[in-house]
Amino acid sequence: MEHAAPPAWVMLAYLISGVFFILALRGLSSPATSQQGNRFGMAGMLIAVVTTLVTHDVASLPEILGAIFIGGGIGWVTARRIAMTDMPQLVAAFHSLVGMAAVLVAAAAFLNPEAFGINGADGLMNPVSRVEMGLGIAIGAITFSGSVIAFLKLAGKMSGAPIMLPMRHVVNLGTLAAILGLIAYFTVDQSPWIFWTITALAFVIGFLLIIPIGGADMPVVVSMLNSYSGWAAAAMGFTLHNTAMIITGALVGSSGAILSYIMCKAMNRSFISVIAGGFGAEASATGGPAKEQRPWKRGSAEDAAYMMQQAESVIIVPGYGMAVAQAQHILREMADVLKKQGVSVKYAIHPVAGRMPGHMNVLLAEAQVPYDEVFELEDINSEFAQTDVAFIIGANDVVNPAAKTDKTSPIYGMPVFDVDKAKTVFFVKRSMGGVGYAGVDNDVFYMDQTMMLLADAKKMCEDIVKALQH
Amino acid sequence: MDFISILSIFVMACFVGYYVVWSVTPALHTPLMAVTNAISSVIIVGALIASAAGGSPTAKWLGLIAVALASVNIFGGFAVTARMLAMYKKKER
Repeated sequence: MEHAAPPAWVMLAYLISGVFFILALRGLSSPATSQQGNRFGMAGMLIAVVTTLVTHDVASLPEILGAIFIGGGIGWVTARRIAMTDMPQLVAAFHSLVGMAAVLVAAAAFLNPEAFGINGADGLMNPVSRVEMGLGIAIGAITFSGSVIAFLKLAGKMSGAPIMLPMRHVVNLGTLAAILGLIAYFTVDQSPWIFWTITALAFVIGFLLIIPIGGADMPVVVSMLNSYSGWAAAAMGFTLHNTAMIITGALVGSSGAILSYIMCKAMNRSFISVIAGGFGAEASATGGPAKEQRPWKRGSAEDAAYMMQQAESVIIVPGYGMAVAQAQHILREMADVLKKQGVSVKYAIHPVAGRMPGHMNVLLAEAQVPYDEVFELEDINSEFAQTDVAFIIGANDVVNPAAKTDKTSPIYGMPVFDVDKAKTVFFVKRSMGGVGYAGVDNDVFYMDQTMMLLADAKKMCEDIVKALQH
Repeated sequence: MDFISILSIFVMACFVGYYVVWSVTPALHTPLMAVTNAISSVIIVGALIASAAGGSPTAKWLGLIAVALASVNIFGGFAVTARMLAMYKKKER
């Protein structure tokens, strides 16, 4: 039996839903249009859900509404309460839910193919549907277990350090090959054991893939899982012949893939090397070679306040440390005081600052920093040479000049801020001991024009604000 | 729909996605992830079909759980995106 073609208006409704999702992403091209875009997204979802409900004989409406109510309530409350600094782990948790939902839908379709209209004339599933279903459940399961690990690492419930299993490349490739082989075999033999083995192996590979990846590579991982959740939806869309799901899957899949690409490029690393994992492990494993003692200067909050008051322009470079210290609000206050005193203040954001794409921008927006004071790497980098003060708070690797000069450095080739060209550099850091994620020393610490502000980022900003107001 | 028409829609949508996502400003990459999260939960369509159908009680329950999980994402994803987007303000002049 082929698919009984649904009425034309149904196809049209799903198409409109898909177009609304495109408009939702389109709206994000500027903060001014973004809220409108989000409303398009909600409308698209409503159309898809209502269309599905009215075109199927729903035997269990109360249960379905109950499930939507419970799930929706949990989602709504979480979204209201979550702190902006916890956004990366929230997104990872949401990815895991999409993955699990895809697994459950694929499993339900396998158990009850009649309901999905994917049975052939012989009472067996169409071979094409089996491939789609196998891919759907595999990608869904990888998304789920991978996202759970990413969530645990981001939420600090599991060490962010890469965990290296022996022979992991062989094991991973073997498992992937087994999954693909079983999906191929599934087309000729639709025994349940094949289906469930694919599922189990996919759960395992998702776990194995993310375990060896370290904390600061998480922007790539989160983007990649974002992409997978899209491909999982697309695969299920193929099974169900549903336009809305296919369009959405393609959009989300491309979105995650592009974000992964941007993140890798901003670290000058190949996608493969990130996925292979273990970055930053060597340096910490050897305990770090005895570093030569070089002279450096320690500054105080008063020094920083004085120098910045005298300055014409200040560029602030925030990093993950700012998020950890929750210093964004007091940082904005500091900028406000400076602006009142006639200093030009700008923020410079590196694409990989933080634990997910755009993480710093959201935190600054939360602290009510206007978005037209926040600049991307390529837009602001040339301005450091004419800037009086570069104020680095919680960032390290993204300002390391070794990326430009030292071919042996693990971060060589990564685009970095030219803070070394600013007249004065203030570097807020908890202690001199710690190195950045890449585990490399930073020449900026030892420059003549650099003053190290060794303190918790929030405490330091508070002290500077006090000093500024004297 | 035959496989080729579906594939055509998919390939075209990938191209649309490619160009639309490149036009997203980097400042909004976190909301982008949150909203793509919400819309990929359109997989709820499959979950609804599974839970609406008679026949297999197991499939129905799997469908209902999937409906609940996807709903967490839909409501949570759109709400958190709306919350973030509301924070992006221009300079007051």
